[in-house]
Amino acid sequence: MIARIFAVAGIEFRIARRNRWALTAALLMLVFALALTFAGSAPTGTLGVDLLTVSVASMTTLAVYLTPLLALLLSFDAVVGERERGSLALLLSYRLTRGELLAGKLAAHLAVLAPAMAAGFGAAGIAAAAAGGAGPESLAALARLIGSSILLGATFLALGYAISALAGSAAGSAGIAVGLWLVLVVLYDLGLLGAVVADDGGFFTQALFPWLLALNPADAFRLWNVAGSGQVALASGMAGAADALPGGAPFASLILWPAAALGLARLAISRTAP
Amino acid sequence: MADSALSVSAVSKAYGARPVLREVSLELRVGERVALLGHNGAGKTTLMKLALGLVPADSGTISVAGAAAGSKAARASTAYLPEALAFHPALTGREQLGLFARLAGVSRAEVSGLLGRVGLGDAADRRIGAWSKGMRQRLGLAQVLLGRPALALLDEPTSGLDPVSRHEFYAILDEMAAQGTAVLIASHALTELEARTDRIAILRDGRMVACGALARLRAEAALPVRLRVTAKGDRACDIQARVGGRRLNGASLEILCRPSEKMARLAEIASLGPLVADLDIAQPSLEDIYRHYSGGASP
Repeated sequence: MIARIFAVAGIEFRIARRNRWALTAALLMLVFALALTFAGSAPTGTLGVDLLTVSVASMTTLAVYLTPLLALLLSFDAVVGERERGSLALLLSYRLTRGELLAGKLAAHLAVLAPAMAAGFGAAGIAAAAAGGAGPESLAALARLIGSSILLGATFLALGYAISALAGSAAGSAGIAVGLWLVLVVLYDLGLLGAVVADDGGFFTQALFPWLLALNPADAFRLWNVAGSGQVALASGMAGAADALPGGAPFASLILWPAAALGLARLAISRTAP
Repeated sequence: MADSALSVSAVSKAYGARPVLREVSLELRVGERVALLGHNGAGKTTLMKLALGLVPADSGTISVAGAAAGSKAARASTAYLPEALAFHPALTGREQLGLFARLAGVSRAEVSGLLGRVGLGDAADRRIGAWSKGMRQRLGLAQVLLGRPALALLDEPTSGLDPVSRHEFYAILDEMAAQGTAVLIASHALTELEARTDRIAILRDGRMVACGALARLRAEAALPVRLRVTAKGDRACDIQARVGGRRLNGASLEILCRPSEKMARLAEIASLGPLVADLDIAQPSLEDIYRHYSGGASP
């Protein structure tokens, strides 16, 4: 079983590398992270935190948008592309199970995403530390950012596989993936914001809103990075919502989402007719 | 049964309300080559996917080399070449075949040999994206040969191949059969299959309407034999007056007769002596037989 997963992962990683996906992902993270770090260096003095803290806060916002997008770009084609090439039926005619195929692709795509996250955020972090100072707390926040970005990436990889298994064509899968990104990363927050404004500090804002935030993987990611560091919370202005939740809730959401999304992807791929 | 490579018995399958296969039975013995014919949508590909265990049957049973279709043992002994197969263009032929070798649990040393055997030795390290369709089809064939399967299911294997490659393909097919691999080929290339397979199975609207050796199907169909008579000079009218038939042009005419009447008709024509310049006898071809069983239109 392991040998077959490794065989698929090896080939998938090679494809990602050859299509320059690995390089593109790493460069994209690096350029954005560096740009944000230095463009966002202004508020350090006002807030009294070091530059790395501000940088992590900015990069958290960046990661919320970019990580799900990169993950979906890697995964939207994973199943439907094989089916369109006719190779899904062929692969599954070997002793490869659908679960093994999924595991192999996930391993390869994580091996593309994780170094990109580590390199991008890590390099920006080192630059920020060198330019404006860093402390143990801001270094821990950086490590947390990298780790949680990988979890967020895994969630959206798995959601991408599920979409890819259910979609009728690669183009359809791409469309649904973009829609999912838009809903979970952009529209969800806008909707909540509208509801909070309309509610004007009532029951919804006090009791429901923080939980609804934690329920969305992208917001859980934001909350957990904020809750983990008081200074980052200060720099990002999200302290209110984070304080209203039990400490473990965003983290639990961040851990449970990849597992649930993978379960969903496994279910979806078992329903797909090759 | 030890010498059965594929055993399909009374299998039915519907996609939604549309029946695709109805009570289909088929038996392939070790080393037997069987052509599976039928119009597009007759159920050929579905039958293969059922035999691979990729799609569950609604009723009936399928076993491969004695193991239930889709089981580990069945999968390990089955090779498959899907219709219109494309590989990932970014990979080289060696990498792609290497993946299949690892999935099949076959040593990678076998990969180079197989690439050479299907004529891809020189192209092995170039990306598949730059290959011709025929080369990709040959790579598909190479993966069929991995690990000497007991059963090979080939869906339109010669589409995209030039005549020389087709010839090589059938040579490889014969070798496989000689080694004991049972081969089921779904194809539309009737003239090629005629000489290259042991038995013909014909699907029509999901039903197996014929299955047997070509000679037997020919006899059962009792299709007319065509006798084409070429007259000497302008005597075609005289010949038609004496033996009947249909004028094709000024010099020749065609006589259709039942196989059992063939010898009598030949004697009749021979007795015309100097009126006849030439005589051709055409047995019903596989295409005629296919049309007879599949209900008219061309494949």
